[in-house]
Amino acid sequence: MIVELGHFALILAFAVALVQSVVPLIGAQKRWAGWMAVGEPAATVQFLLIGFSFAALTYAFVTSDFSLRLVVMNSHTLKPMLYKVSGVWGNHEGSLLLWVLILALFGACAAWFGGNLPAGLRARVLAVQGMIGVAFLAFLLFTSNPFVRMAEPPFNGEDLNPLLQDPGLAFHPPFLYLGYVGLSMAFSFAVAALIEGRVDAAWGRWVRPWTLAAWIFLTIGIAMGSWWAYYELGWGGFWFWDPVENASFMPWLIAIALLHSAIVVEKREALKAWTILLAILAFGFSLIGTFIVRSGVLTSVHAFANDPERGVFILAILAVFMGGALTLFAFRAGSMEAKGVFSMVSRESALVLNNLLLAVACFVVFIGTIWPLIADLLWDRKLSVGEPFFNAAFTPFMIALAVVLPLGALLPWKRAKAGWAMRNLWGALALALALGALAFALQSGRSPLGPIGLMLGAWVVFGATTELWVRAGRGRGLERLGRIARLPRADWGKATSHAGLGVTIFAVAAINAWAIEDIRVVQEGESFPLGGFSVTLTDVHEVQGPNYLSTMAEMTVMRGDRVVATLFPEKRIYPVAAMPTTEAGIDFGLLRDIYLVIGDPQTDGGWAVRSYIKPFANWIWAGALMMALGGFLSLSDRRYRIAAGARRMAAAVPAE
Amino acid sequence: MRLMRARLTLALCVALAMPALAVQPDEVLADPALEARARELSRGLRCLVCRNETIDDSNADLARDLRLLVRERLLAGDTDAAAMAFIVDRYGEYVLLNPTTGGANLILWLAGPGLLLAGLGISGLYLRGRRGTAEADPLLSSDEKARLAEILKE
Repeated sequence: MIVELGHFALILAFAVALVQSVVPLIGAQKRWAGWMAVGEPAATVQFLLIGFSFAALTYAFVTSDFSLRLVVMNSHTLKPMLYKVSGVWGNHEGSLLLWVLILALFGACAAWFGGNLPAGLRARVLAVQGMIGVAFLAFLLFTSNPFVRMAEPPFNGEDLNPLLQDPGLAFHPPFLYLGYVGLSMAFSFAVAALIEGRVDAAWGRWVRPWTLAAWIFLTIGIAMGSWWAYYELGWGGFWFWDPVENASFMPWLIAIALLHSAIVVEKREALKAWTILLAILAFGFSLIGTFIVRSGVLTSVHAFANDPERGVFILAILAVFMGGALTLFAFRAGSMEAKGVFSMVSRESALVLNNLLLAVACFVVFIGTIWPLIADLLWDRKLSVGEPFFNAAFTPFMIALAVVLPLGALLPWKRAKAGWAMRNLWGALALALALGALAFALQSGRSPLGPIGLMLGAWVVFGATTELWVRAGRGRGLERLGRIARLPRADWGKATSHAGLGVTIFAVAAINAWAIEDIRVVQEGESFPLGGFSVTLTDVHEVQGPNYLSTMAEMTVMRGDRVVATLFPEKRIYPVAAMPTTEAGIDFGLLRDIYLVIGDPQTDGGWAVRSYIKPFANWIWAGALMMALGGFLSLSDRRYRIAAGARRMAAAVPAE
Repeated sequence: MRLMRARLTLALCVALAMPALAVQPDEVLADPALEARARELSRGLRCLVCRNETIDDSNADLARDLRLLVRERLLAGDTDAAAMAFIVDRYGEYVLLNPTTGGANLILWLAGPGLLLAGLGISGLYLRGRRGTAEADPLLSSDEKARLAEILKE
């Protein structure tokens, strides 16, 4: 009964979305206040209906209602409760329901917190948001209905893909979707502005917090996925340039470009058309990402739930929204005159360079991702584009970005002298070079990747620190520190995010350059050296888990006579899904992770063991979290609470 | 009896689906220099039956065969290029994770640098334009100047 109600609520939500996408739009055009006002209650009702529908599906999963096809295919009574819940979005239909739920949530937030928007703009934003809702609800209802019943319900389900039964991965999709779908707000604002034909500083200020919020979630989502890959897949890789990873990485890159160019719109009323284009493209890449994941057109490790026919539907959605928005853009872009003027050396120019590098880097990822498809279609060549290509073609842009970042961030608006900004940065540069040289001297004869990464990362981190120092202005000692502490949160956010990028750059270089690997057969009781440690395989035994069988090893890591850690790497088998997984034993450390994996028993006794020392592994995700934290700091800055050009001074933080 | 059969089935499942490690200890070559070369080559080769995994990372049997083949060629005295050519001859271009620069692939490799140059050109022109207006346009319009003069007089 509850399931039927959920299904019915979803159909009602579709009808409400239809109303929301038409009535406010006409109202805004004809200036009918009543019609415009329909958008807000419609957005709220749509959110409540989809929320109910999602709750109904969750209920079916939690109670293991095996009359529902989706539950049968993705659940099992023995599965732990956390994964019964996360199983709701661990499949195609459920994850799309989560997608539309988040879409409706963002629409409702625009209705709830959009009080300071001009009525016309708000109505149009809600209408565009409604249209996206219509498209995806139709997709859900007509091709991927989660509420299909079974004629003959079985006694038990087929279990969730064991790789997905992991706390890190349980929350990876919701964050990613908050990011993907959050970018729909930037898109709606862009299209609404195009319909109105007006983009000004206030628009830049309104669109930034939404983009920032979406980007924060995307950052966290990507970091979670990467961390999961690191500890779950069993060899400590954290990024594979897999099509689906690229699908989340492209909107992330474009969202960064958008965040920076929206600053130029807000502060200087320039780069308007470009910013609008970025807002459209950011969501476009989110849709492309959804298409890549859901169609399985590009084979990837993530293709656990896909179907080519559904791909065509998403491609149609993509064509309609991108085609429509870009056509509108072509007609209206010319009318968006820039006001601000600035010289060749200025913050504006630096941000143009930032945008150029990010956009080209994104394009490189894009073409690399779809190239196998193009080559197959046009020249019938079956080829692969993998990590070596992306490392060679993408990395230079990130290096260039890191090199110019500290300088660009310090340049004043309008007109600047590079010499002035550089004068403040000599200290940071000298320190970075010294650190790089030191690392080069210490590592003696290994690849220069590590020292270069350290130099670059340190340059970015010290550059961000220098910026805070310079912004604080006059004063000495404690007084200056006090000034630094009192700097606006936006300044702190900027410095934190930039420093986070530096940390991640360093960590990625370090783990690639300085990792130690060891593969060998080890007898029970035997010890072997690993880096400066000694590892002993103490014992191997079988353990029965709630829904799996585990071969668990006990391994002791010693440094001299001191026990550093006792680790329990596992090899699990999930009988229902007939799938094995590896659970590495990891000792997380500040400077290094010790990463142990147990393999097969050997015919002549002993076990295959793979062990690694991964230097600075945690710094990769710490850097990503710093980027996200910087976003939060910036989002909490008071100028977002006191919106410029507001009709009424409603306290509104349009996020979460 | 039924219980026993269930156990047997389970044991069979476990045996069939045992995850093998990517590179097995018995594959490793005695000569560390040769082994390092083999690893390097493996990281550029795609496992044909997997989804976007290198043969170095993959657990599949086919990946193991390929790893052994790479080592066999290196032991036979092949250079890196010759060993790769041998494998591409057998399995096709699809195994290469690093696409060649031959033919249409040139577009792929030049897309990034090309777009960067074009972008630099366009944004350079745009920035010059902004500066042009900066110089041609006084910062204050004549009306504003008049107003400023008025205020200053007061």
